[in-house]
Amino acid sequence: MDSIISISALSKTYASGFTALKGVDLDIRRGEIFALLGPNGAGKTTLISVVCGLVNATAGSVRVDGNDIVRDYRAARAQIGLVPQELTTEAFETVWNTVCFSRGLFGKPPDPAYLERLLKALSLWSRKDSRMLTLSGGMKRRVLIAKALSHEPKVLFLDEPTAGVDVELRRDMWQLVRRLRDEGVTVILTTHYIEEAEEMADRIGVIAKGELILVEDKAVLMDKLGGKQLTLQLVVPITEIPPALDRYGLTLGKGGSTLVYRYETGRNGESGDSAIAGLLQDLAGAGIACADLHTTQRSLEDIFVSLVNEPALAGENGSEARAAAEGAR
Amino acid sequence: MNWHAVRAIYLFEMARTKRTLLQSVLAPVITTTLYFVVFGSAIGARIPEVEGVSYGAFIVPGLIMLNLLTQSVSNASFGIFFPKFSRTIYEILSAPVSHFEIVLSFVGAAATKAVILSVIILATATLFVPLRIEHPVWMIGFLLLTAVSFSLLGFILGIWADNFEKLQLVPLLIITPLTFLGGSFYSIDMLPAAWRTVSLFNPVVYLVSGFRWSFYGSGDVPVGVSLAMTLLFLTVFVALATWMLRTGYRLKP
Repeated sequence: MDSIISISALSKTYASGFTALKGVDLDIRRGEIFALLGPNGAGKTTLISVVCGLVNATAGSVRVDGNDIVRDYRAARAQIGLVPQELTTEAFETVWNTVCFSRGLFGKPPDPAYLERLLKALSLWSRKDSRMLTLSGGMKRRVLIAKALSHEPKVLFLDEPTAGVDVELRRDMWQLVRRLRDEGVTVILTTHYIEEAEEMADRIGVIAKGELILVEDKAVLMDKLGGKQLTLQLVVPITEIPPALDRYGLTLGKGGSTLVYRYETGRNGESGDSAIAGLLQDLAGAGIACADLHTTQRSLEDIFVSLVNEPALAGENGSEARAAAEGAR
Repeated sequence: MNWHAVRAIYLFEMARTKRTLLQSVLAPVITTTLYFVVFGSAIGARIPEVEGVSYGAFIVPGLIMLNLLTQSVSNASFGIFFPKFSRTIYEILSAPVSHFEIVLSFVGAAATKAVILSVIILATATLFVPLRIEHPVWMIGFLLLTAVSFSLLGFILGIWADNFEKLQLVPLLIITPLTFLGGSFYSIDMLPAAWRTVSLFNPVVYLVSGFRWSFYGSGDVPVGVSLAMTLLFLTVFVALATWMLRTGYRLKP
């Protein structure tokens, strides 16, 4: 596997004694969009901060495109662009100056043509001479992205990019991230909006209490843990499920007026889907008529909540997923 | 060397001076002019010559030194404290810049401002009193060394301070009193013997003395001692700043 970032056994204990990271191992593949999911205080920002050089690691190592972030910090950092969570800006500087500053800071010679294209792509060109303090929150967020991209990095970190951002800007940002990926930039974003990860990511990592409990391709994760349920609306409510239907593990709901069938979709969806035909036949055979039916898929949000809230399940699935990830390597 | 970064930070800092031109340049000039009017003309007229020069001319090196010290410290401390306070420092910490480059650009910008101000004050002084500079090369040497050393001190202070109060406190409670008691307005020979000894523990005495020597050829202590002390400050502050950046003191958790 061609990884652009290799994190191994990374731990961080702050001076206060709080352990934010507990031996995290993670490989980010070149050119992917990786979403790091986790509740507040899980260690997402600490992980990013260590990679970017804002926080000293307690133990472990990180390599960016083969360069150790401590020993070869210049080579490592030159490839990284960071968009922080907070809207931290130099209030009195103009957009243009602050972006030029960032490019210089990362050791690149001035390139007004590139920066013009960048600001235009982010709809900032018309505001290039505005001072930062006159910009709206959304505009400031765009400026921070422009600053992070000003030196043409290979890796872009977006720490909670859409927190407090309106729908339009969020869509814009998703588009931008996809375009960057198409240009070969690796994007790592942290979020606690599951929707975002579900929409954008190629792979998803879930972090909780400083431990990476799962790393998986989004599609595989959705397949494996997603699961579906079929809800059947009955014409006549029933009080108990006929024994002939035992093998389906059905549950009665809404005072006997609905039947719920849970099934896992395999990678190609063969097992569960083919069983439905049998179930419908058997229902008819038992004299149960359906008025309506619908299926729902567990969203990433449900998966996430179950992972973070149910330690036993998390451990089980986590080790399974980790093993799968090892296998993929 | 990441010269693009050094240039970027340096110009960014200098741009801040330009934005606050009135406060950065005009205020010290007005203050100094007031010193000349009050000490040089009003009171100075009644004071006999000190070490062979008129009192008005005698205080010029001290006044420049007073400004150089306070400006170096306050420029540099604010320069690094502000990005820390506004959290924009994340960008500098995540950039491919070495500790030396960070210090060079921040301290370089602060020292540049302080030196420019000193030159303006020197020019202003010539309007009030006749000046002569016997050792111009030494004068420039002391000016630059002191500006760099105390910009370093300011840089250290800016990293150490975690609120605005602390940022103001050190210049107000330590630097300013030491400068006033450091022979800016008098020769320490004028003091009683006991106080003269106490004065020798004031580092500013050596700076003012050396600087005044480069103007009029005489100082409170031999010029070699002044130079040695200036270099000592420089070394101590370089060591301290290096340690701070290396350990990430108050910058990197």
